Amino acid sequence: MLIKLTGGTVYDPASGIDGQVQTLYVQDGRFVKQPAADVKIDKEYDLKGKVVMSGAIDMHTHIGGGKGNIARMLIPEDHRKDPVYRSDITRSGCGHAMPSTFTTGYRYAEMGYTAGFEPAVLPINARQAHMEMGDIPILDKGGYVMLGSDDYLLRMLTAKKDQKAINDYVAWTMNAAKAIGVKVVNPGGINAFKFNQRKLELDEQNAHYGVSPREILKVLATAVKELGVKHPLHVHGCNLGVPGNVETTLDTIQGVGGLPMHLTHIQFHSYGTEGDFKFSSGGAAIAEAINKNKNITADVGQILFGQTITASGDNMRQHANHGFANPNKWVCMDIECDAGCGVVPFKYRDQNFVNALQWAIGLEIFLLVDDPWRVFLTTDHPNGAPFTTYPHLIRLLMDKSFRNDMLATIHPEAQKMTTLASIDREYSLQEIAILTRAGAAKLIGLDDRGSLGEGAWADITVYTDNADREKMFEKPDYVFKDGELVVVDGKVVHTKWGTTHIVRPDWDISVEQDLQKYFDRFMTMKVGNFKISDDEITEDGRGSLTTHTLNGVA
Amino acid sequence: MTEITEVPSPFCGIGTDDLTIQVDGLTVQVSDNGCAVNTPAFEQAITDTSARVDGLEVSLDVAVAKAAELLRASNQPVIGGCATDVNGMRGVMAVADKAGAVVDNMNFTAARRNFLALQDTGWMNTTLAEIKNRCDYLLVVGVDLEGFAPRFFERYLWNKESMFLDNTSAREVVYLGKAPSGDASTSPAGAKAKVLACADADLPEVMAVLRALVKNKKIVAESVCGIAVSDLQAVAEQLKMAKYGVVTWAAGALNFDQAELTVQMLSEMVKDINTMNTRCSGFPLGGKEGDQTANQVCGWTSAFPARTRFSSGFPEYDPFLYDTNAMLANGEADVLVWVQAFNSGSVPPATDLPMIVVARSGMTFSKEPDVFIPVGTPGIDHAGHAYRLDNVVAIRLKKLRDSGLPSTADVLNAIEHAL
Repeated sequence: MLIKLTGGTVYDPASGIDGQVQTLYVQDGRFVKQPAADVKIDKEYDLKGKVVMSGAIDMHTHIGGGKGNIARMLIPEDHRKDPVYRSDITRSGCGHAMPSTFTTGYRYAEMGYTAGFEPAVLPINARQAHMEMGDIPILDKGGYVMLGSDDYLLRMLTAKKDQKAINDYVAWTMNAAKAIGVKVVNPGGINAFKFNQRKLELDEQNAHYGVSPREILKVLATAVKELGVKHPLHVHGCNLGVPGNVETTLDTIQGVGGLPMHLTHIQFHSYGTEGDFKFSSGGAAIAEAINKNKNITADVGQILFGQTITASGDNMRQHANHGFANPNKWVCMDIECDAGCGVVPFKYRDQNFVNALQWAIGLEIFLLVDDPWRVFLTTDHPNGAPFTTYPHLIRLLMDKSFRNDMLATIHPEAQKMTTLASIDREYSLQEIAILTRAGAAKLIGLDDRGSLGEGAWADITVYTDNADREKMFEKPDYVFKDGELVVVDGKVVHTKWGTTHIVRPDWDISVEQDLQKYFDRFMTMKVGNFKISDDEITEDGRGSLTTHTLNGVA
Repeated sequence: MTEITEVPSPFCGIGTDDLTIQVDGLTVQVSDNGCAVNTPAFEQAITDTSARVDGLEVSLDVAVAKAAELLRASNQPVIGGCATDVNGMRGVMAVADKAGAVVDNMNFTAARRNFLALQDTGWMNTTLAEIKNRCDYLLVVGVDLEGFAPRFFERYLWNKESMFLDNTSAREVVYLGKAPSGDASTSPAGAKAKVLACADADLPEVMAVLRALVKNKKIVAESVCGIAVSDLQAVAEQLKMAKYGVVTWAAGALNFDQAELTVQMLSEMVKDINTMNTRCSGFPLGGKEGDQTANQVCGWTSAFPARTRFSSGFPEYDPFLYDTNAMLANGEADVLVWVQAFNSGSVPPATDLPMIVVARSGMTFSKEPDVFIPVGTPGIDHAGHAYRLDNVVAIRLKKLRDSGLPSTADVLNAIEHAL
C-alpha cells in the first residue's frame, strides 16, 4: 500500500522542516522517498492548505496501572456524566477524569495523539500496567519503572553497594518490568512514610535506612546514564505541593551534579511562600534554572479548572493532602515493600486563590523556558486535568489575548501574584510540534517516531489551520497510525493495536542470585514469577514489543 | 512424569507460588506446599472434554454458534459467575458489550460491602509483603482467617525472617467476632491469639465502640455485645501503640445487613489511627475464584466494578440492580451465561431461562444447560493472569499440561465473533 499525502504545510522539527509545503509518501507503515513516476499510488490525500505534523506523543500520562484503576473505582459518579456508546468499530466506556482504557485510546487518537507513556510503573504492579495499556487501542505505549522507595535499593545503599551493583539492579528491573525509562517518586519518601515519617526534605534521612533523597537521586541518575538509557531519570521531586518547595526543586537541580534529569509536573514543585496567603509563584526561578542547566528537562503538569482525580505513587504527599479531597473520599496504599499509591479526587477552582495561582505558575513555566526541546506539554493526566484539555492548553500557549482574557477571570489575588499578563510570548506551530512530538520522541529515546522523515513510522496528524487553536487541535482532519488511517474529522474510523516501547539494558547475571535470596526471604513471590516474559505482552496476538537503542550501543 | 516447581495458585487468593506439582499426562498431583484449598483444586480430574448442546456432544463450533444464536435472540442476557483469568474476563467484557449483557461477578454481593465503603469514603490499605515485613499487630475482624487461607499465618505472619521485626514470633494477633477454627494463629513461641468473641450481627456495634475508643471518646457502658469495654480499650491502645498495625476483614464473612457500614467504620478507624502519629492499614480478604480479576478487568475496560450493564450501549453500574439472582428472580433477564473456569462445584443459579455454561470440566447440573462448553482451568491447562487478594499483584499462571481444552478467552472470543 503506497499512500501519497499531497501538498500539506509540514511542521517536522525532527527534520528541521518548519511550515514548508511538502508531499509525503508512506509505504507499509513508514515514510518513503518519492517513488518513480511509474509507480502506482494506491491512495492519495489532498492536504493543500492543511497543517501536517507527526502523531503527538504524551510523555507523561497515567494510563496504566493499579492506582488508575483504583481511581476509576472510586468515582462512579464522575463516569456517569460522560458515558461513551459503543459503535460497530469501537467499544463502549466512560470518559472524563479517568476514562476506561478503550475510551482513552480513542480520545487520544481523536486529538491527534498516537503514543502515551505511563510514568509510574511499580515493578510489582508492572503486569497490570501492561495489561491495562494492552487494552488501549491505537496508541503506542510504554512505561517508566518506579524505583527509589523499594527496600531492595535502600538496603543496597545502606550496605554501600557500589554503583555497578546498582546499575545491574536497575537494568534487571527495567527488563523484568518491560520499561523504557526509570522514574523516582518522592525519592525514599514513600518508604519513609511506612516508618511514619510525614515529610522528607532533600537532605533528610530515612529513619530506618539513614539514606537521603539526594543520595537516591544521584545513584539512580548515574545508573540511568551509565546504562545508556536515553530517557533521563524521570523525577517527581520531594515536597510535592508544599509552599516553599521551589527551594527544594532548585536544590535538586543543583544536587544532581550535571547528570541528565527530567523533572516531571514541575508546576507542583514551583511554589514560594510570599504574600498574604504565604503561597507564591516560583515559576520564574524554576524557568531560569532550566534555562541555565542544559542537563535538565521538565514537563509542566499544568492544572486546568474543573473536577479531576489525582493518582500518584507519592502516598506520603497524597496522605498529607487528603483534606482537600473533593468529593471527600480517598485511598492510600503501601505496596509490597516496593512503593505505594495515593488517590485523591480534586476539584480545581478558578476562584480559589491557590488553584488559580497554580494555573498561572504552570503557564509562566511554559512561557519562560526558552528552549522548547526541554519542556513538555502535560497536565500529568489526570492529576492536573484530564488529557482531553490539551487543545485548550495549546490555545493558552499560542494565543496571548485568549490567555489574558482567562487570566482576568481567576481569583483577583492570584492575578496580582503572577507575571503572566506581562509575558508576550506565543508559541508557534513549530514549537508546539517540538513540545508534543519531536521533543517528546527524543526525550523518551524513541527511534523512528515523532518525525515525518524518510524511514520513520508514519504516525501523522493533519489539521485545518484555524486561528482558534483549541478548535484546530481538538479535531484533526486525519490521523494515521503506522500508515493506517484511524481518525477522520476527529472521529475514529478504524482501530488497530500499537506497540509497547521498551529498552533492554544489560546486567550482570550475578545480580539475580542476591535478588533470589531477597525474594525468598522477604517477598511474597518467587523471583522467577516476578519477571514479566515477552509472551505476556504478545500472546494475545495484539501486543508487540519494540526495543529501542541505548546510548553508546549500536 | 514431569515435576514443575514454583507453581502459582489462582485458587487460594493469597497468591502462593511455591507449589511443586507432578504432571503425568492429564494427572496433576501437588507434591509440595499444598493446602486444603489448593491441592484438591489442582488435582481435580478432567471429565468432560466435549461441548454439549441440549445434552448432546457437539463440536466447539456448533456450541459457539448455538450460544451466539441464543444471545442474538436475547433482549437482556446476564453473564454471571465471571470467575476466570484476565484474558477470559476480557472475553466476557467483549461479549457483554456486543450482546448488551449484564456483567456480574458471582462474589459481588459480598464485594459490594467493600465497594460501597470505598466509593463513599475510601480507605488506607496494605499488601501481603508489607504485612510480612512490617506488621507488628494484627486485628482480625469477623473472619476465620485460617479457614479462609490455610497458609496465611505460615507465609505472612510467622515467617522466620522479616526486614523490620527482630522477632516475628512476638507479633500480636487479636480476633474480634469469630474465633479461629484452629491453631494457625498461635505464634511459634506458643502465644495464642486473643479472642474477643461476638456474633457477626453484633460487629457493627462492637466496631463503633472500638472506633470511639480509638478516638478517645468516653464510653459509659461496661460491656458491648458480651465484650468488656476494657478489653476493647486495650485493643484501641494497642492499635495506637503499634508501629504498623493491620486490621483485616473478609467482606464475604460479614454476612449481615448494611455490613458496608462496618467496613466503613473499620476503614475510617484505620484512617483515624494514621493521624495519631503512627501507621495502620486495612487489609481486605477476597480474591478467590477470580473476583479481584473480574473487578480489575471490568474496571479498566468499563471504568466500573463487575456489576455493570451494557444494554443501553454504554456501561451502567448499579451494585444492587444488576445482581444476577435479583434479575432472575424479577424476570429481568432472558438468557443466563455462566462463566466459571476455576470451580466445577460452583454451579449456575437455578433458572428456567436458556442457559449457556462456559465452565471447568466436571461441572454437573440439576438441569442440563442449552449449551455447555467445558474449558481449561487457568494455571493448569493454559497460561494466564489472576489477581491476588491484595488487588495489586497479578500472578502469572503457568500451563502445566496439554489437555486440549480451550481457554475461557478462546470460547468467549469465538462467541463474540459469531454474534
